[in-house]
Amino acid sequence: MKPGQSEPIIVVEHLRAEFGDNLVFKDVSFQVKRGEIFVILGGSGCGKTTLLKHIVGLYRPTAGRVLVHGVDIVKQDQKLMQQVRMETGMLFQAGALFGSMTLAENISLPLQKYTDLSPKMIDLIVKMKLGLVNLSGYENHLPEEISGGMKKRAGLARAMSLDPSILFFDEPSAGLDPISAVELDMLIKSLNAGLGTTMVIVTHELQSIFLIADRIIMLDKEAKGIIAEGDPRFLKDHATDPRVIHFFNRQPMTD
Amino acid sequence: MKTRLSAKNSFSLNTELQANGDRKILLAGHFGLQEVETFEKALPQQPLPTPAHTSLDLGGLEFLDSAGALALLDLADRIKAGGGSCSLTNVPAKAQDIINLINLEEVKRTPLIGGGKKTDFVSQIGDGFLDFVQDVDNVVSFTGELLIDLVATCFNPRLVRWSDVLLYMRRAGVEGLPIISLIALLLGLILAFMSSLQLQQFGANIYVASLLAIAMVKELGPIMTAILVAGRSGSAFAAEIGTMKVNEEVDALTVMGMDPMYFLTLPKVIASMIVVPLLTIYADLLGIVGGLIVGVGLLDLTVFSYIQETKRILTVFDFTSSFVKSVVFAFLISAIGCQRGFQVRGGAAAVGTATTSAVVSAIFLIIVVDSVFAIVLTYIPR
Repeated sequence: MKPGQSEPIIVVEHLRAEFGDNLVFKDVSFQVKRGEIFVILGGSGCGKTTLLKHIVGLYRPTAGRVLVHGVDIVKQDQKLMQQVRMETGMLFQAGALFGSMTLAENISLPLQKYTDLSPKMIDLIVKMKLGLVNLSGYENHLPEEISGGMKKRAGLARAMSLDPSILFFDEPSAGLDPISAVELDMLIKSLNAGLGTTMVIVTHELQSIFLIADRIIMLDKEAKGIIAEGDPRFLKDHATDPRVIHFFNRQPMTD
Repeated sequence: MKTRLSAKNSFSLNTELQANGDRKILLAGHFGLQEVETFEKALPQQPLPTPAHTSLDLGGLEFLDSAGALALLDLADRIKAGGGSCSLTNVPAKAQDIINLINLEEVKRTPLIGGGKKTDFVSQIGDGFLDFVQDVDNVVSFTGELLIDLVATCFNPRLVRWSDVLLYMRRAGVEGLPIISLIALLLGLILAFMSSLQLQQFGANIYVASLLAIAMVKELGPIMTAILVAGRSGSAFAAEIGTMKVNEEVDALTVMGMDPMYFLTLPKVIASMIVVPLLTIYADLLGIVGGLIVGVGLLDLTVFSYIQETKRILTVFDFTSSFVKSVVFAFLISAIGCQRGFQVRGGAAAVGTATTSAVVSAIFLIIVVDSVFAIVLTYIPR
């Protein structure tokens, strides 16, 4: 129930990122289409999370543009940024739930800030979001009272509280057992299918990628940019770049 | 609510009453979280007056999100609760997918645990007392364990990481010098100035020196230094250990076979017990210098007469008692800081609570122990 799926919802153009003398990205450009599950892939230290933080506006690039819903977030126009924030949600690696608040309070926080809904409706929405991530009944639990996997799901419920059109995930499977990781992947897929939300996921879990990704970009530390882009299943069988082949075959590069 | 970037089509809601008494609610356009506000205001919240049947016609919907779908299902539920019947008609396929995701029974389910239960006043007092008893028990057992480890360290100094002791001596001592210098000097100046206003009336200017010396060395020096150290270092110890607890670093030490008491607590306690007495003596002397400035500058005393009067009134016993007091204060501040840090359970908020508690408890203990010292020292023969 979302508008056309072929138009780009995120556009990254010639992004260059430097931290002091450390050049992380030379020239990165790609597009994310509306409604797709887009994965940013790569080995440890290649800058996956750094790229994600540039896309959500936590870091400002040295050069280049990042358009989210057509808004150039590099310019950091406060009014527009607030509108972009309402259209995006992010699930952090460890959930990043506020420890002093219950799950319900965590999830209702954006609803209270950005809407004028009645407390009753907010309460209903919170319970519905918890239901969507299979945490019904946990609204009065504190984050410390639930497991790591549940924290991630609760974090996802909070990220979804405003029904954003784009959801960002930073290593969603990290630290989860294989079953919980697959369950989370399936949840992401079902939410994407049901709600049509665009998902941008940073991960290096190959199993996850083949299960959920529509399209990927692969980053490389040495190349300081993208070395492959496309359907992961196609790339696995047809990639010619040895770095991509080694990654998909789970083999270390040797000289 | 702010306008959403994704909201491109306007929302419209029309209600039609049919000839047979049925009602038809037509929804069209963009129906998302933003439009739920309009929807809520347009329709009453309580069970609706019930015609024979209400149909929600979604044929004109171009966008629906989960909040919109929930609002529709909730409306249908309320109509049914009021004794009517309700159906969704002309539901677009994509909207049906979203509606299928929502389980209204789950949404209306009772939470697994109750939210912030309110207890009566008497129970709160009882709970508070029990918490206090538990807290005293924790502090006493921790202090006891710490004393045993401290004695063990005397026999086997290699148990402690002395490089850490030096580090904490720098942090608690050297880095604390500027603020202690400033406060002690100002305290000496203020005390001398205020007392001179009274003593001048009796021509007893010279006694400003003795009053200040006794006040600084016996009480103000040790207490002021201890309170400053509690604020600077006690809180830092609690925050450091608390954060380590949250990050499971304390568990890592235990698993590696290292006693957190020797690794984390003793270096801080030993460092504090070395530097706080030195800081106290330093503060005593700077306070006296503050008095000297007022005595020489405002009261026409000579430097020599001021120092002579100070020397006359102070005894070695005064300095010794000040020194001993500050050692005990240092032990209490560092021990309570570390104990509060080890108590942390949960996240960032718990670290904040532990830090505050470390400072408050340390100041409380400083005052209590100082009162005990005042009584005991009075009866010690000199």
